[in-house]
Amino acid sequence: MKLKVTKEEYMYQGHTACPGCTAPQAMRYVLKVLGKKTVISMPACCWSTIAGIFPYSSLKVPLFHTAFPAGASVASGIKAGMDVQGKKDVNVLTWAGDGGTFDIGFQALSGAAERNEDIIYVCYDNEAYMNTGIQRSSATPWGAWTAVTPKENPEGNPKKDIVYIMAAHRIPYAATACVAYPEDLIRKMKKAKKMSGTRFFQILVPCSTGWKFSSELSIKMARMAVETKIFPLYEVENGVKYTINKTPKGLPIKEYLKLQGRFKHLSEKDIKFIQMRVNKEWDDLVSRASNYTA
Amino acid sequence: MKKVIIGNHAVSYGVMLSRTQVIAAYPITPQTEVVEKLTELCSNNKKVKLLKVESEHSAMAACIGASMTGVRTFTATSSQGLALMHEVLHWAAGARLPIVMINVNRAMAAPWTLWADQNDSLSQRDTGWLQFYCESNQEVLDTIIQAFKISEEILLPSMVCLDGFFLSHTSEPVDIPLKKEVDAFLPKYKPKYQIDTDDPHAFGGVAGVDYYFEIRYQMQEAMEKGKSVIRKTGKDFKKVFGREYGLVEEYRCADAETILVTSGMIAGTLRVMVDEYRKKGKKIGMLKIRTFRPFPVEEVRRVLKKAKKVAVIDRNISFGHSGIFFQEVKAAMYNQDRSKRPPIFGFITGLGGRDVTPDIIYEIIDHTSLHSEPKSDIIWVGLKK
Repeated sequence: MKLKVTKEEYMYQGHTACPGCTAPQAMRYVLKVLGKKTVISMPACCWSTIAGIFPYSSLKVPLFHTAFPAGASVASGIKAGMDVQGKKDVNVLTWAGDGGTFDIGFQALSGAAERNEDIIYVCYDNEAYMNTGIQRSSATPWGAWTAVTPKENPEGNPKKDIVYIMAAHRIPYAATACVAYPEDLIRKMKKAKKMSGTRFFQILVPCSTGWKFSSELSIKMARMAVETKIFPLYEVENGVKYTINKTPKGLPIKEYLKLQGRFKHLSEKDIKFIQMRVNKEWDDLVSRASNYTA
Repeated sequence: MKKVIIGNHAVSYGVMLSRTQVIAAYPITPQTEVVEKLTELCSNNKKVKLLKVESEHSAMAACIGASMTGVRTFTATSSQGLALMHEVLHWAAGARLPIVMINVNRAMAAPWTLWADQNDSLSQRDTGWLQFYCESNQEVLDTIIQAFKISEEILLPSMVCLDGFFLSHTSEPVDIPLKKEVDAFLPKYKPKYQIDTDDPHAFGGVAGVDYYFEIRYQMQEAMEKGKSVIRKTGKDFKKVFGREYGLVEEYRCADAETILVTSGMIAGTLRVMVDEYRKKGKKIGMLKIRTFRPFPVEEVRRVLKKAKKVAVIDRNISFGHSGIFFQEVKAAMYNQDRSKRPPIFGFITGLGGRDVTPDIIYEIIDHTSLHSEPKSDIIWVGLKK
């Protein structure tokens, strides 16, 4: 399949991400779709530093750094300010991590979605507070080690299902995406760009620093997350129309977990439990997708 | 045109006359009528966007986003709502955004209360916001128009405070200025910096130790400049509208032996009391502090140095120390000639909206005249013991 993607780049050559970080790729693909007429509202996240410290910026579009809980609310204000000046063709993008989305920024996000603010909200999800040194968030999967969930007492709660929650706001579009499948991400972002109202993306961005895997494996890790079905690629339109974008054969979850130091302590029983959960959640997604009637 | 309106509606008229473009707000008693009236005044007006957000934190954050695009923005809050905004108040000032906000002064919980004191806004002292305290509904309306002009010139946000219920829900005659006169006084907002996709910049990114210090120095310089801008704006305002404002207002202070210092609507009661004492030949005056930030150090020194005694009346308290205006007035008076420092008495009264009646003021004046100097930093008045 030949992918039509602009050669134009909206990131400069330099940035300050860790080696093996996949968050810059996510930004690069998204901006290739959204283009020059894009404004970013960015709450505290890894990207707050990846974007470059003052006076540098790694982005060729305007970027407004803001407080941790304020990603969606600042974006709402930017959109209102642009609208009232008749600048209707500007894409307002919130670019937030999982902490700024699932946890501290959730109220503002839910409010913006309920108001159906005309913004695109991207959560690049690396499954913990990585910028502050790997503390668990409500996006951290069950069983994972983090700096605050030691291996003797690892993360004990399942990951919050953010796309379902956003879909329940009946927003026009909510989708997952992943850096190992840029063609899927780009297609979905193009689709979202043509819509108006609140459009939400959860993009999985494996983090070699926090997940404890070798940095050359980042893209492989993202691909395996999809192939094991722990991170399905799907989209939801108007809160009801679920479409699964890729149906993998279903690689055993063990293959994915064993490459990551954060899961090293897990017993066979734990892994079986995770596999059972993955299967069950996949079945649930399939039933949501098949139950839809127009 | 004169109308008899509540303080909250005076706010709404001031905001519309200022051609505000984006408003974001969340309800809280006793502020709600501000936004209710605004929704009525700006329905069918495509030049205004009103966001009904899900919290005060988001209200201020949305104002920040909108202001960054180069439009005039406003919000209104009170008490707990202002406290929830705290983080983003720093952000608005640090980002040098000329947002204007109304805070209807209401005491902080716990326990729940709805009535006025100033601990909500004074807790935000060091956020980098200008703070104005109003005595009447007319002053509220006039101050909003001036606040936009001042903020846009020095690039710092303004908080205009009015006492909950005493002003917010009390009807007074208010002269509502003509739109064309306000337009001439406060021209269309021309931002110095804004988000522009044709000229992309990053705003607010990490500033290391090589930059941050100077950025804060610039904020202080802007605040200092604010003093002359406020004075000039008040004088210019008088030329068009006939009412003059400054950082302070002196009332019968020229020959006063005892000067009472206060802020907000208590000044209205004091004004009457001063007249009453004057009739009896007592040389009493009042200094009303209108701007708490920037603090009018020069005016306070100039006015108070001639007095034999000063009594500061605070409807607020800094727990573990004393009344907040009292501390600020004392601090302003300290670094000058010792002979120009009259004894300063600090009275705390009216917390949580308890009435500051003429009897309270008699007690304050009696206490001040009976004592040569204060025995403690707090003299409680109207407290049930």
